[in-house]
Amino acid sequence: MRTLDKKLLRDLARMKGQVLTIALVVACGVAALVAALSTYDSLRLSQQTYYEQSHFADVFASLKRAPAALQPKLAAIPGVAEVELRIVFDATLDVPRVSAPPVGRMISLPPGGQPQLNRLHLRLGRWPDPDKLDEALLSEGFAQASGLAPGASLRALINGKYEVLHVVGIALSPEYVYSIRSGDPLPDDRQFGILWVAHDALAAAFNMEGAFNDVAVRLAPGASQERVIQALDQLLLPYGSLGAYGRAEQLSNRFVQDEIEQQRMMATTIPPVFLAVAAFLLNVVLGRVIAAQREQIAALKALGLDNREVAVHYLKFVSLITLAGIAGGAMLGIWLGKLMTANYVLFFRLPLMQFRIQLWVLALAGGVTLAAAVLAALSAVRGVVRLAPAEAMRPPAPRAYKRSFIERLWAAHWLSPQGRMVARNIVGRPFRALFTCAGIALALPITVLGLFWMDAIDYMIAVQFGLIDRGDALVSFTEPVDGRAVRELARVAGVRAVEGMRAVPVRLRVGHRDYRTGLLGLSPEGELRRLLDANLEPIPLPAQGVLLTDRLGERLGARAGDSVRIEVLEGERVQREVPVAGLVNELVGMSAYMDVRALRRLLREGDAVSAAALSLEPSRADETYAQLKQFPKVSTVSVKTIALQSFLDTTASFVLVFTGILTAFAIVIAVGIVYNSARIALAERAWELASLRVLGFTRGEVSRILLAELAVEVLLAIPVGLWLAHQCVETLVEMHATEMFRIPAVVEPRSYALATLAVVAAAALSAAVVRHRIDHLDLVSVLKTRE
Amino acid sequence: MGPVVFSARALTKTYRMGEVEVPALRSIDLEIWQGEFVVLLGPSGSGKSTLLNILGGLDTPTSGTAFWREHNLVTADESELTRYRREHVGFVFQFYNLIPSLTVRENVVLVTELADDPMDADEALTLVGLANRLDHFPSQLSGGEQQRVAIARAIAKRPECLLCDEPTGALDYATGKLVLEVIARVNRELATTVVVITHNAVIAGMADRVIRLADGRIASTEVNAKRLSPDELAW
Repeated sequence: MRTLDKKLLRDLARMKGQVLTIALVVACGVAALVAALSTYDSLRLSQQTYYEQSHFADVFASLKRAPAALQPKLAAIPGVAEVELRIVFDATLDVPRVSAPPVGRMISLPPGGQPQLNRLHLRLGRWPDPDKLDEALLSEGFAQASGLAPGASLRALINGKYEVLHVVGIALSPEYVYSIRSGDPLPDDRQFGILWVAHDALAAAFNMEGAFNDVAVRLAPGASQERVIQALDQLLLPYGSLGAYGRAEQLSNRFVQDEIEQQRMMATTIPPVFLAVAAFLLNVVLGRVIAAQREQIAALKALGLDNREVAVHYLKFVSLITLAGIAGGAMLGIWLGKLMTANYVLFFRLPLMQFRIQLWVLALAGGVTLAAAVLAALSAVRGVVRLAPAEAMRPPAPRAYKRSFIERLWAAHWLSPQGRMVARNIVGRPFRALFTCAGIALALPITVLGLFWMDAIDYMIAVQFGLIDRGDALVSFTEPVDGRAVRELARVAGVRAVEGMRAVPVRLRVGHRDYRTGLLGLSPEGELRRLLDANLEPIPLPAQGVLLTDRLGERLGARAGDSVRIEVLEGERVQREVPVAGLVNELVGMSAYMDVRALRRLLREGDAVSAAALSLEPSRADETYAQLKQFPKVSTVSVKTIALQSFLDTTASFVLVFTGILTAFAIVIAVGIVYNSARIALAERAWELASLRVLGFTRGEVSRILLAELAVEVLLAIPVGLWLAHQCVETLVEMHATEMFRIPAVVEPRSYALATLAVVAAAALSAAVVRHRIDHLDLVSVLKTRE
Repeated sequence: MGPVVFSARALTKTYRMGEVEVPALRSIDLEIWQGEFVVLLGPSGSGKSTLLNILGGLDTPTSGTAFWREHNLVTADESELTRYRREHVGFVFQFYNLIPSLTVRENVVLVTELADDPMDADEALTLVGLANRLDHFPSQLSGGEQQRVAIARAIAKRPECLLCDEPTGALDYATGKLVLEVIARVNRELATTVVVITHNAVIAGMADRVIRLADGRIASTEVNAKRLSPDELAW
């Protein structure tokens, strides 16, 4: 057997081009699965570990103001293990060298510094001195984005005047792994930061001595979250609670959970399909490679080897190729998994991003590909050993060809004999042509799936910020103000237009379904905040009734004409049944809208405004921000361009990595298919091509016959692949719709063109390599092989 | 006897097999006249195929000179050799080398499209007695029929010479004779120079001249006083 093993190694060395491309296809399939599943697993592990270590609370509630003496009652609620009372306020910040005013969420620290629940992870510096009221810990993302380090100072607008705060440390919190402010469509570390300050400092600044306005609760094991929430609401509603909620509605956790869920969805859909494609290609290509060794197999049998020995020989052959691919794929997959996991640091502020790869993932990926290879080897070898050696040693009888149906169809007289050879070879072996087409076609969706994210994000931004949310900045007031504030804002330097809005937290209920969200009252004449229908046409605000985003409608099971119960979560807590006037199309968030006058009637208030959308002159932005910082009762200003820019910066690198990986995989697949198809065709038909050369055909003419077949197959594959790409994108989008986002199934023609170009380039590259081999056909020895 | 069409002087071909040099032709001098029917006889490894390949522009010699009329076959590059084969040479091989995906007629048309003044494909096929099988594919033909298609394909472009490498090697006795008859007819009616390689000495009876090769050298040359017709041959 030693000699046979030498043959094995030499065969592998001789076919190195094919061996390499096949192993690469396997590697890509394995790598995709390993990378995606390990990223999902690592994210989940990192999240869970952090939540556990930091005692992330289970239930949260915000309220207006309640006496601290309520603590024993809260702790006595059955099922509550621990209660943490806090003071939480949002304030406009003034950061050196930053013109647009960011929002700081100020959270009180207990006297001991470290809270019992939602424990902080100190990254840098030290804890604030409980006696020094002007010391603060800063959240890491904000500190980095605004260039603040321990030792730096900033100012916070507290009760109408700016107070100086000294940064003494940088920290992370499980509550702000994903740092986003409710109402903002995008996270933005430059515009939103967390400041932890000593309890007494915050109590003094906001007149909250002996009081609190925020609760975090840890549940006892086995406790019912629902009952605890009910009990909390009962105790806290009189104090202006907006209603207690569980982790599922905690904003940061909801985003993190969403992202992990998306990663799980991605990991369990695309890579398995990808692996299946790789296994399929492996199976067919290896089968053809072995079938092409027909004469060698016969010779081995003639020498006295039995079928088992021959089979073992070829099993070794395919196993070596496949194992090389699996090993390479596992390494590549782990590397990519680490890269993708590390990329999440851009979004998720976790103290430690762990990486884990589970053995079963490797075993699954390896098992599937190895099984495909073994099956290919066995069926191909069986096909040959069934023949008597003498028969197998003779070249196969000329294939029976027929006039192709295409010729009969339109009697292609204009087709040259060469053209007919091409046509009959394709039609005469339909399964082979189909396989090649399928393989090439599959490369297209893979590339498009990578490219499409950028298109979708561009589209979302264009729709959300170009058509719906058209203001440049959003000003929120500390409490509802009357219409005069809007007129005053209009006089601020650089403000082109102002539109006041009334936003109120509500719980919407239809039957047994309910959802907590914001109800936004808009002016029917407004231009800065528009509502669109499914065709992106503006919808006029109805004088009566409420408009729901289509996903909110779906969530509540409500359609136009149904009745929805609105429970206002502030002020007098009005509850009223209101008809659903229609659905609006929005890609981000799940909100409800009303005509502001109808909303005011519902709330029984005058011309109150809680926020205002501003259109600004970009050239005077610095001046505008400086004046807004001084504006009374403005709690926060969020500036769209800044949020957009930082969002694009972080996603772009993320999407680029993802797209790059998928495109590289698609090219490997396309090369693997085209190159191997051409090489096998060349091996089978070298004799025919050499005959043509002897008859006087030039290298170019001969190459054209072989490569024209491939060209036709590529041309047939491209429309199929593009259609497939479109279907894949639609399916993916369907599966990825989350509460926060609905990714639109938008693929720009440019992306289709790029994907096609990548595949054509891969095919051309393979064709060039094969052309080189045709040019070096040794006519004499090729013709001699039959002697 | 017509003018000399092929002439070789000190023609040598050495194959390099790894580190060993294997001489295939050792300094051959040879002239072939227009319209002549030459049979090259010799055992395996005698160099007859190498000689035929050089003559047909499939291979180039290591040293010496070889001319087809004014064409220098030694200095010609790849594209000149391709043009030479295209314009002057018709090949017939032991295993026919037909294109399986083309019909009988199309196999011939394939070649006539390359030539300046070709025969009509049907005419060439009539000449080899296959006028009734024009639309068949190679897989539907017997070996002898396939070989006759190969001959029709070779002569359809009206080559000046027809080179046949063991044309009856894969055929039975009766079919072989039929094929030889076609070759003789091409030589006779079209005045095509014919060179046939065989190790079947009986076929030599058909030739004007029989050249025996052994060990890369011309061992003997004999001129047949009377050429036999194929049906007079028996083996």
